[in-house]
Amino acid sequence: MSIDIKLQVKKQDFVLDVDLKIPGRGITAVFGPSGCGKTTLLRAISGLEQSPAGFLKVGETVWQDHKRIIPTHKRPLGYVFQEASLFPHLNVRRNLEYGVKRVPETEGKISLNHAIELLRIEHLLPRKPSHLSGGERQRVAIARALAVSPRLLLMDEPLAALDLKSRQEILPYIESLHHELDIPVIYVSHSTDEVARLADYLVLLEAGRVKAAGVISDILTRLDLPLAHGKDAEALIEATVSGHDEDYHLTYLDSAGGRFTVIHRELPLGNAVRLRISARDVSLTLEPQSNTSIQNIFPATVHEVVSEGNAQVTVFLMMGDIPILASLTRKSATLLDLKPGKLVYAQVKSVSLLS
Amino acid sequence: MILSKSDFMALAITFKLAGMTTLILLLLGTPLAWWLSRTRWRFKFLLEAVVALPLVLPPTVLGFYLLVTLGPHGPIGWIFQLFGGQPPAFTFTGLVIGSVLYSLPFVVQPLQNAFTAVGNRSLEVAATLRASPVDRFFTVAIPLARPGFITAAVLGFAHTVGEFGVVLMIGGNIPGNTQVLSITIYDHVEMLEYSHAHWLSGGLLLLSFSMMLTVYALNRRFMVVQL
Repeated sequence: MSIDIKLQVKKQDFVLDVDLKIPGRGITAVFGPSGCGKTTLLRAISGLEQSPAGFLKVGETVWQDHKRIIPTHKRPLGYVFQEASLFPHLNVRRNLEYGVKRVPETEGKISLNHAIELLRIEHLLPRKPSHLSGGERQRVAIARALAVSPRLLLMDEPLAALDLKSRQEILPYIESLHHELDIPVIYVSHSTDEVARLADYLVLLEAGRVKAAGVISDILTRLDLPLAHGKDAEALIEATVSGHDEDYHLTYLDSAGGRFTVIHRELPLGNAVRLRISARDVSLTLEPQSNTSIQNIFPATVHEVVSEGNAQVTVFLMMGDIPILASLTRKSATLLDLKPGKLVYAQVKSVSLLS
Repeated sequence: MILSKSDFMALAITFKLAGMTTLILLLLGTPLAWWLSRTRWRFKFLLEAVVALPLVLPPTVLGFYLLVTLGPHGPIGWIFQLFGGQPPAFTFTGLVIGSVLYSLPFVVQPLQNAFTAVGNRSLEVAATLRASPVDRFFTVAIPLARPGFITAAVLGFAHTVGEFGVVLMIGGNIPGNTQVLSITIYDHVEMLEYSHAHWLSGGLLLLSFSMMLTVYALNRRFMVVQL
């Protein structure tokens, strides 16, 4: 299953023109600077923005083509807006029921109770939206969108209007949607942190056009794209918990690129985790170092070296099948004689776990 | 009791007139105000100016034109006669038609402001929750515009109760038929029956004031009338 999106929206000073195919499962993040058309794209997918010549197909269902445009209220979608936008005249329960009542029973795959349970909002049901915190409101809005059993969930920067604390409160819920429900999500964001944590697939939008789209670990490390450059450049690695060392209080994580050793985490064996490795935390040697404090050392092949200004370079390496980035000084790169095809050892100074 | 039978008749006619006018205005004014609050039509301002016209037009002028059109030789009067009716000038029907026009801005403007304040977001949210346009109008727009409806109803009613010029021109001051309170008070004063005038005026003052209290106490967010 996949989602085919060919949409154009013309506004006074802006044109969105997108031709895109994204996976029909997991979280697809739409990322880009403000004003690049992220929200407009999401609105066009929902039908709130007109795209008369557009084409949109979700799985086997055509939502619009040249013959027919299904109006928003007949599209099986859920939409979470940036501000929670609860109906102020209804309490939380009736906000949740508003959508549920209008969905034909045959479509109702997620029960209202399940949505309430997932977002832990049971205790909020009798309250009016004006008596909720920002984070609580957004949780209700997410539950309300889920309770209509959407075939596609659209989320427009659902955390952007919240403070850091509320953001931390909601992120785990969004992550859990992923595992609990099999609904594809299109998640608009301009935060690399959120994207790194949540997304499986990444669409880069720039000035109304798709600059790149692909699996997130590829897009983050592609040297022809902006995300691989600058101080926040990083790689993502999917791994599973493979063991714990009680003596040294460590946890082992196996990935396609090798085994990582990190400080002990209370995680069950076999649990999937996502590792984030900053380019600045990776150094390269030509020989495997034995007398070093660094635990995580992996053989890797240099694929590409690009300059970052006069003093620095970014190196794109493959650790087995996994792309990672290393940020070095140009001097080091010259001394090591780094060039495509060269075998090196990547020393990873620090790894962060994202889930 | 100092009030006469004709005073009570005038009172009943006044409230009947104001009630019917308010009802008709809410029915006609709601779609009109909704349309005005949503449309991007370039010439919307023309219609807004027409709606606001009774705010500034001398009531006698409005009454005069109504008399001409509603009378036996006017177009509306002619249509009424065509269907076997009586021309509405000098009848209660004529008063209702005149009041509807005269109080139009007092109902349409608060409603339009209220619908504008509802904004698009809640309606868009409702659309993503499977509500059709009509459904959205009744379950989101109207409940959220409720303070506007209260303001519109009270202002429409109060303004019709206070009408004088239009009624005098097209109603003809027929006791028991088209004689309303404001004209009764005028008649009392002319005949130097000041105590009658005092009772009726005081009553209307109290009524008007309590209605305004209701409007302002219930919604402090809305402008009552805008020009």
